[in-house]
Amino acid sequence: MEDDHESMGDACPQLLNLIPNEKVREKRIGGLDAAEEKKLELTLGLPGGVGEEEEPSVLSSCIFSKVSKTSSRRVVLGSEQQEAGLFQLQSRGGYGTEWPHKTTWNCEIFDEQQSLEKEKALGDTENEAGSNTSFQTRASAGVAVVGWPPIRAFRKNLASSSVKQSVELQNGNIDEKVKVASCKKGLLIKINMDGIPIGRKVDLNACGSYKKLSFAVEYLFLDLLRAQKETSTNDLRMDEEAKQAFKSLLDGSGEYTLVYEDNEGDRMLVGDVPWDMFVSSVKRLRVLKSSDLSSLHDWEARKEQQLSVEYGGEGLAN
Amino acid sequence: MARVEEAGDRDENKEEETSWWSPEAVEGGRGGEGPSGGSRGGGGGGGDGDGGRPDTQPQPPPPPPYSDQVLENVLENVLQFLVCRRDRNAASLVCRSWYRSEAQTRRELFVGNCYAVSPARALRRFCGARALVLKGRPRFADFNLFPLGWGARFSPWISAMASASPWLERVCLKRMTVSDADLAFLARSFPSFCDLTLICCDGFGTPGLAVIAELCRNLRVLDLIENDVEDEDEEVVDWISRFPETTTSLESLSFECVNCPVNFSALEALVARSPSLRRLRVNQNVSLGQLRRLMVRAPHLTHLGTGSFRSGIDEDLNATDLEQAFLASKSLICLSGFREVAPEYLLAVLPVCANLVSLNLSYAVITAEQLKPVMLECHNLRTFWVLDTVGDEGLRTVAKACKNLHELRVFPFEATEDSEGSVSDAGLVAISNGCRKLRSILFFCQRMTNAAVVTMSKNCPDLVVFRLCIMGRHRPDHVTGESMDEGFGAIVMNCKKLTRLAVSGLLTDKVFEYIATYGKLVRTLSVAFAGNTDLSLKYVLEGCHRLQKLEIRDSPFGDAGLLSGIHHYYNMRFLWMSSCKLSLNGCKEVAQRMPNLVVEVIGDRPKDLDSDTVEKLYLYRSLEGPRDDAPPFVSIL
Repeated sequence: MEDDHESMGDACPQLLNLIPNEKVREKRIGGLDAAEEKKLELTLGLPGGVGEEEEPSVLSSCIFSKVSKTSSRRVVLGSEQQEAGLFQLQSRGGYGTEWPHKTTWNCEIFDEQQSLEKEKALGDTENEAGSNTSFQTRASAGVAVVGWPPIRAFRKNLASSSVKQSVELQNGNIDEKVKVASCKKGLLIKINMDGIPIGRKVDLNACGSYKKLSFAVEYLFLDLLRAQKETSTNDLRMDEEAKQAFKSLLDGSGEYTLVYEDNEGDRMLVGDVPWDMFVSSVKRLRVLKSSDLSSLHDWEARKEQQLSVEYGGEGLAN
Repeated sequence: MARVEEAGDRDENKEEETSWWSPEAVEGGRGGEGPSGGSRGGGGGGGDGDGGRPDTQPQPPPPPPYSDQVLENVLENVLQFLVCRRDRNAASLVCRSWYRSEAQTRRELFVGNCYAVSPARALRRFCGARALVLKGRPRFADFNLFPLGWGARFSPWISAMASASPWLERVCLKRMTVSDADLAFLARSFPSFCDLTLICCDGFGTPGLAVIAELCRNLRVLDLIENDVEDEDEEVVDWISRFPETTTSLESLSFECVNCPVNFSALEALVARSPSLRRLRVNQNVSLGQLRRLMVRAPHLTHLGTGSFRSGIDEDLNATDLEQAFLASKSLICLSGFREVAPEYLLAVLPVCANLVSLNLSYAVITAEQLKPVMLECHNLRTFWVLDTVGDEGLRTVAKACKNLHELRVFPFEATEDSEGSVSDAGLVAISNGCRKLRSILFFCQRMTNAAVVTMSKNCPDLVVFRLCIMGRHRPDHVTGESMDEGFGAIVMNCKKLTRLAVSGLLTDKVFEYIATYGKLVRTLSVAFAGNTDLSLKYVLEGCHRLQKLEIRDSPFGDAGLLSGIHHYYNMRFLWMSSCKLSLNGCKEVAQRMPNLVVEVIGDRPKDLDSDTVEKLYLYRSLEGPRDDAPPFVSIL
């Protein structure tokens, strides 16, 4: 397998050395002790063991904004760690139609991840790393790329939607797959903002928290909102006005509020339920003017009425 | 002169057009005898046969009316039998008389890139068009590579059509944005309208469908295929009930992608009063019991999309009853749906298997064992779509049973790079051994070998479409560890009819050299995570003379590669390059040197367009220059 690394080296000349010297060991975030470090250790094993790892979710929010965009990079774990094998972090090449690769606020995430990886890399060498054969499949579990593999959206959801099915199989392989697949990667949700004709899509799995979602909304719509608000000639003032719009999206006190439609068709305020519950039930997002919120209740009532009129009480299929 | 595939004409034709439309010629013409009749601006009667450049004289002498009239009449009557657009394009180049006759008799207007020509110009030339077939965004838009709101709206086309002629009968759109308002306008403006097909479109919802159902009294076909149907304000309309109460002329109704609850009694009643219905594809909210009732109402169906293929809650469906329904459907040749298949009911389709020409199980999560009894009966299958859960074993069964298979698509159950993957090189080899007449294959897998691909290239020389997607990026041959160059090389070498190719896995510049050398008929090429240097792009652009559509992502190609295609871009429909190594300067240079090319740089946000590196490039030939509906995150150079 070492040969593979060499031949691939030609294709990927960029090597990212995350461990410049021994001193790194001293720098730890939040004082991780040995036990926690062990939990975070990186093992090179077959994809079957993915289930219990929390590592993929950490890697998946990696954003290599500073590194130039080659289609893949290799991380070399220092000279003495070469035997442990190489693990490959795939690029974010096409990833991020809605995700920043250059804005500054992301850099702090990058630094955080970088240090965490160093922890892992060190942890790795202490325990014999598994076989190198599956290094490619194993490591690429981390970072998702937009639009790859090239499957349309409704086919991609097949694995997660089939949790509902009770498929009887001889060896139960598919049930296992379904469990793994239901940690949906790259969950793109449509989001519209009042007054802006063009909708966008936001990746909730990459956000990971309400705060980041709020930042993402600002990122997506700031320019478009600014273009709409072209009233004052004072550029700075316009900037401020536009930015102001995105403050307090979640608590209802700002100019705009973030709401979502869940899988039952109800409109809810974003931020009320735990993040994971939110991600599993959200279908669409909307940025409403806070002044329109009070009419939300009236709207719900109207919708109930309308549906009963439309279907004349006969009931829908099923 | 390179052959022009679309309806767009060259600039020199435009000159000729205007110079011959002198008032005398129009008066002296046949006066309404043309096939489209009515008052039209274009009926120039003064034809000649020389096909030369326009004269410089201000008034051409009035030609002898009788013999030329006869010629044009005869011509138009003959040309209306020419249906294929490529033949028509060729005929239109013979001389001006043929050009005019062809333009007047062309009934179907096909525009492969809606921005290549403006609606006004296209409809001015083809004033007799009764059918509009338009394509908007390129294929990569399906994978979220195009930001929402990029463009390709139907509105300008339908408005132009309304001004040009009220005789529109058919519209077929692919990857365009169609609003509810557009659908309403369509329904109201064209009394003869009867055929609507929307594929991979977006922008509309059930309100639009309701208007179509209600107002298009002659509706024969309403096919909604893989569209992104969303309802603004989440107000779902019961559009099925909006069809007129009388007997309808519906022949085909497909709404699998309209993912909202269906008013079943309305649907059943609709089917009952549609005696011409032959194709019915329902969505997954129709249960198996309900499907059975529909089949009983429409025993002459030829195409059936089953929806979920699972019984509803509280529904007590006897498998024998279901089988009876299939037994009675003697005309079925195409089956699809199976969205949530309950395997215990699958065998109910056995009675129709022997007649099936097309079977789509690509949403059915079934194993090889469950597939086998069905597959073994499908001797006449030409088209088969399946999910990789059937594994290599399932593919072996397919190879054994379907000797006449022309098209195979194997989709991944788990579309991620690190999934287990149940199909591999073994399955591909089995297929190639059994299905020698294979013409088209789309195969998703995790593991592949050059040997298997080479075997397929030798066993299936009739391949026209070869799309292999090894889902792990840069993945080599899993046995030898080498790149996949040789496998794809063998495909272009041995499959001499190949026109469409998609490559994947670990690939170097070599594979592109092969493609350039042997893939002389290739029209569409998809490249992702491949190649080492600009040489790859250079090879392809210089060697593939028939190349029309080139889509590239995440490959290390830069300005040098881009510039090597300058001699060819006018012959192409489009080029897409994303996450490559292009710079703004390189793209600007192309834009400068090629005035009839629209060069779009697409960013995530308007800010990103100021950067020196170009993340997404989309360029295409156009007669209209930069479009005026570009959103703020698109910059046209």
